[in-house]
Amino acid sequence: MRSKIILFVLGFLVWCLLSWPTDGQHVLVGIVVSGLVAYFTGDLFTRRPHLFKHVTRYLWFFYYLLVFGWECFKANIDVAIRVIHPYKPLNPGIIKATTSLKNDIALTFLANSITLTPGTLTVDVDKAGGFLYVHWIDVKTKDTEKATKIIVERFEKILRKIFE
Amino acid sequence: MRELLSMVFIGIGLGFDLLGCLGLVRFPDVYNRLQAATKCVTFGTCSILFGTFLILGFTSAGIKCLLALVFIVLTSPTASHALARASHKAGVRLWERSVCDEYSNSSK
Repeated sequence: MRSKIILFVLGFLVWCLLSWPTDGQHVLVGIVVSGLVAYFTGDLFTRRPHLFKHVTRYLWFFYYLLVFGWECFKANIDVAIRVIHPYKPLNPGIIKATTSLKNDIALTFLANSITLTPGTLTVDVDKAGGFLYVHWIDVKTKDTEKATKIIVERFEKILRKIFE
Repeated sequence: MRELLSMVFIGIGLGFDLLGCLGLVRFPDVYNRLQAATKCVTFGTCSILFGTFLILGFTSAGIKCLLALVFIVLTSPTASHALARASHKAGVRLWERSVCDEYSNSSK
């Protein structure tokens, strides 16, 4: 039930932003539509709705956005240099990294963050074994543990505080 | 001042979009091309949208720019991940000068 209410609030918020500036008609339609969506799909949204009450998680999420933005900027400079470099300094390969995150949404965020940061692209996630297969544009090490340290750890620490 | 700042953002965005498209042509195989296509084009498009938001402010179109920015950041890496996985499953080889391929070792 709580999961449905959270989904209703989020859906209504997005609706209000989409139909900005909102008037009476828009709000009424928004309530009906997000109510229907929340009624039918609300149980799929989250399994642990009590996590939404923790304030520290939002603060960590904000910190994560800052870290992520900076890494994303560095990634772009890096790839842009590789694109215009006349000799194309590529050293690509697919390596294996481990992760200890178990939660679906945390794994999704981790994989997406890895894709948007320097020279790495997540190819597959093996949830049962806790492995990530990452395409790396400049392979610095083939060893699983060292690669985990370089690629995964800086996000994993923050994401564990947010979602686990 | 706000106009100038937004023009700077839009300029940076256009530059990165151009580099992303160049990378799409220059890089050797599917996976490297996806790297260029995802990173540069995501950041470039987000920068353009943010610049547009700065010009328009909190109007109807400006808010939609912000929403589009959020959705691009969420969907673009997911799409490239799906493409990379699908092409690996379909048997697309890595570039011949690639260093290692742990994924095909593990799936056999």
